[in-house]
Amino acid sequence: MDEITCKLLVIGAGPGGYTCAIRAGQFGIDTVIVEAGKPGGTCLNIGCIPSKALIHAADTYDTVARAAEGSHPLGISTAKPSLDFGKTIAWKDGIVRRLNGGVAGLLQRAGVRYLTGRAAFRDGKTMAVETTDGNRLIHAESIVIATGSEPIELPSIPFGGCVISSTEALALAEVPGKLVIVGGGYIGLELGTAFAKLGAAVTVVEAAPQILPQYDGDLSAPVARRLRARGVVVLTDAKALAANGGALTIETADGGQAATEADKILITVGRKPATSGFGLERLDLDINGPFIAIDDRCRTSMRGVFAIGDVTGEPMLAHRAMAQGEMVAEIVAGRRRAWDRVSIPAICFTDPEIVSVGLSPKEADRSSFAVKTELFPFRANGRALTLDREDGFIRTVVRADNHLLLGIQGVGAGIAELSAAFSLALEMGARLEDIALTIHAHPTQSEAFHEAALKSLGHAIHI
Amino acid sequence: MAERVVKLPDVGEGIAEAELVEWQVKVGDIVREDAVLGAVMTDKATVEIPSPVEGRIIWLAGKVGDVLAIGSDFVRLDVDGKGASPVEAIAPAARATSPSLRKADRAAGTALAPAVEAADRAPPLQPLATPPRREGERPLAAPAVRLRAREAGIDLRALRGSGPAGRITHDDLDAHLAQNSVSAAATPYRAKATVEDIKITGLRRKIAERMSIASSRIPHITYVEEVDVTALEDLRGKLNGQQRPGKPKLTLLPFLMRAMVHAIAEQPILNAHFDDEAGIVHRHAGVHIGIATQTPAGLMVPVVRHAEARDIWSCAAEMARITEAARNGTATRDELTGSTITITSLGVLGGLATTPIINHPEVAIIGVNRIAIRPHWDGTAFVPRKMMNLSSSFDHRVIDGFDAAQFVQRIKTQLETPAMIFIDA
Repeated sequence: MDEITCKLLVIGAGPGGYTCAIRAGQFGIDTVIVEAGKPGGTCLNIGCIPSKALIHAADTYDTVARAAEGSHPLGISTAKPSLDFGKTIAWKDGIVRRLNGGVAGLLQRAGVRYLTGRAAFRDGKTMAVETTDGNRLIHAESIVIATGSEPIELPSIPFGGCVISSTEALALAEVPGKLVIVGGGYIGLELGTAFAKLGAAVTVVEAAPQILPQYDGDLSAPVARRLRARGVVVLTDAKALAANGGALTIETADGGQAATEADKILITVGRKPATSGFGLERLDLDINGPFIAIDDRCRTSMRGVFAIGDVTGEPMLAHRAMAQGEMVAEIVAGRRRAWDRVSIPAICFTDPEIVSVGLSPKEADRSSFAVKTELFPFRANGRALTLDREDGFIRTVVRADNHLLLGIQGVGAGIAELSAAFSLALEMGARLEDIALTIHAHPTQSEAFHEAALKSLGHAIHI
Repeated sequence: MAERVVKLPDVGEGIAEAELVEWQVKVGDIVREDAVLGAVMTDKATVEIPSPVEGRIIWLAGKVGDVLAIGSDFVRLDVDGKGASPVEAIAPAARATSPSLRKADRAAGTALAPAVEAADRAPPLQPLATPPRREGERPLAAPAVRLRAREAGIDLRALRGSGPAGRITHDDLDAHLAQNSVSAAATPYRAKATVEDIKITGLRRKIAERMSIASSRIPHITYVEEVDVTALEDLRGKLNGQQRPGKPKLTLLPFLMRAMVHAIAEQPILNAHFDDEAGIVHRHAGVHIGIATQTPAGLMVPVVRHAEARDIWSCAAEMARITEAARNGTATRDELTGSTITITSLGVLGGLATTPIINHPEVAIIGVNRIAIRPHWDGTAFVPRKMMNLSSSFDHRVIDGFDAAQFVQRIKTQLETPAMIFIDA
């Protein structure tokens, strides 16, 4: 068996792992990264990127389809569009391929050695890797576990046949006629909305009393309204019991049972950390529920072993993993670093989009100081009207005594890009006055943020 | 809206002003009749001011620490609009404060509360002050500042931010680094550069004023003498051992008080007030002994009145009562004023000798130091004796050193032969 010695070994080339490896390479650290699949991890291959491509394709198709219905408010009409879904998927795959190549190139340029294969711990300093051209034994001073997460399978409705996870949903050969989605979280609704726009009859089965249970009702309501208008059937307080052939048996809110026909049943009930299959049990690391326990430097309970990304807990978001990966590389390079980020933005690419940064009103209320919450609706925003999308709002959550922004949330068409302004405000420690005294370009949806701040100060102009 | 003004009542005879020590209400609160609005302090007594009517607070006279004139407006109440919606009621005032809100932004460089100017007596509705961070609260700083601090090994929790909302700026960090040029990282001990501003208010301010007056105006002479209290301690032990019901436990101080009464009978000039402006010494017939007492709020001097008319048990009981009252804050103004001579004792912390400050305008203070067993030469051998020092200060303008010494010797003689305490001349 070939033996490799390096300073840093990264397990998993997802957003956390590859960022960590590239940053380490920039420091001149002798780094090896091991990945069983393709570079980019869940995010790039079967998550964020392909789903956003599909959502964009669905939006574009939907715009044309609405125009074909003949009642388009903008006065546009056209013949009924047709969809070559195979081509759509090929376009999406092209983007993924390009980014796969991009990540591999960046790693190479940073001087990182890339190994394709499955790694398994021998001990806290050694891993064995099975590659296509033989096995390797890697000795490393530091190891970063960045193995990510995988979809949770329902024991009563195992994957296989027409029961699929998000991975398969992003690689379907055709748009399913009837799509039933179990789990009304952000993954299920993002995909469900896209398929509904592409022409599928979509039913969402959610066990909680509302869809998007991690958000408050104010934020999820515009999404629910839009789903209804789109003809998506949303069953809340409903439990998926079993799949038989082309139907899903559901226990409804009133306790009765119903069967829903389905060409495909998409299970999106959450994700779990990928902690098995690579000999993690040999290290006997401290755990935090299903996750690997880490401290504020992403150190596990074993010296020299770090963990980053989804495997370390919520929120399971690529940008959190990337920030952690960067930090760990700098720590390995001898820099003094610790996790002190104020906020990790979360975006739900539904229609409309939901952005949440910092504390929600409910979370802020748990603090010891008085909190003030104020929102500005897009129906009073000129740009929103010109986009024919006046649904949604921007909301600020501040400390009443010194006006420090604690959280910013919003729901509205295409407002994901506003998250940068929100995150910057929180990270810089902005107060309402800072936002109020910053000129926000007109006409843009960002003015709603400005106006929400003014409103919280008691002097909104446009409402 | 009917407005009712509550004026600061005359809370003590002959007092022109009082210091505001506490607000129990804030603007917007609904108060019932007789509910306490706040408290003011005069001399050493704190007086609570109740509301004469039911209503909603719309204005407060100032902030804690302000000195208010007797008869000036204390609180303004809206007495019939109390049911009105708070939004409606607050709106005009909010307009009135928005200019000062901007002002607060600019003035936020000072970490202290930017007080609403006394001249513009608008109700301070939105305190935009930057109070020091509370324990456990995360320091506020931009990412670049956090990174610099981390690399320099500086814990931002040790810094106070000068920016809005207490934000720590690059300048704050530069200033901190300049003050602590020695790398803090090399040692586990951190240099601390923060300065906490503590406003001296209430009782502490009174104590400071009185100490300044006493120390600057009175030329003190301090006389320290050693007293053999072996016999007195034996007697005290026996008396306390008898456990008679209804009798208080005796400390050394009641014996000292009675000894002082006898000594004062010989030298009445020591039991006096010196009015230096009028050039008059007021010699008091009644011996009112102040007992310097450490309380949670600070030093207080409750008074045992007419010690000349009390026996040892009565002295003990009264002293226990008034010092307890002072400690739990229930002492009245009368119980805290009018002493003619003072005793100061720190008990087991009494030390070897002290230089007591006279309780102005008195002319003498007797300080009691710790009792310790020391070797004493009895003429043939060293014997262990319970010894205690008395450190006493006198106003040298009216008390000569000879008189001071004679007074202390008279007390010493009685304490060393305790039977004399119980024999009246």
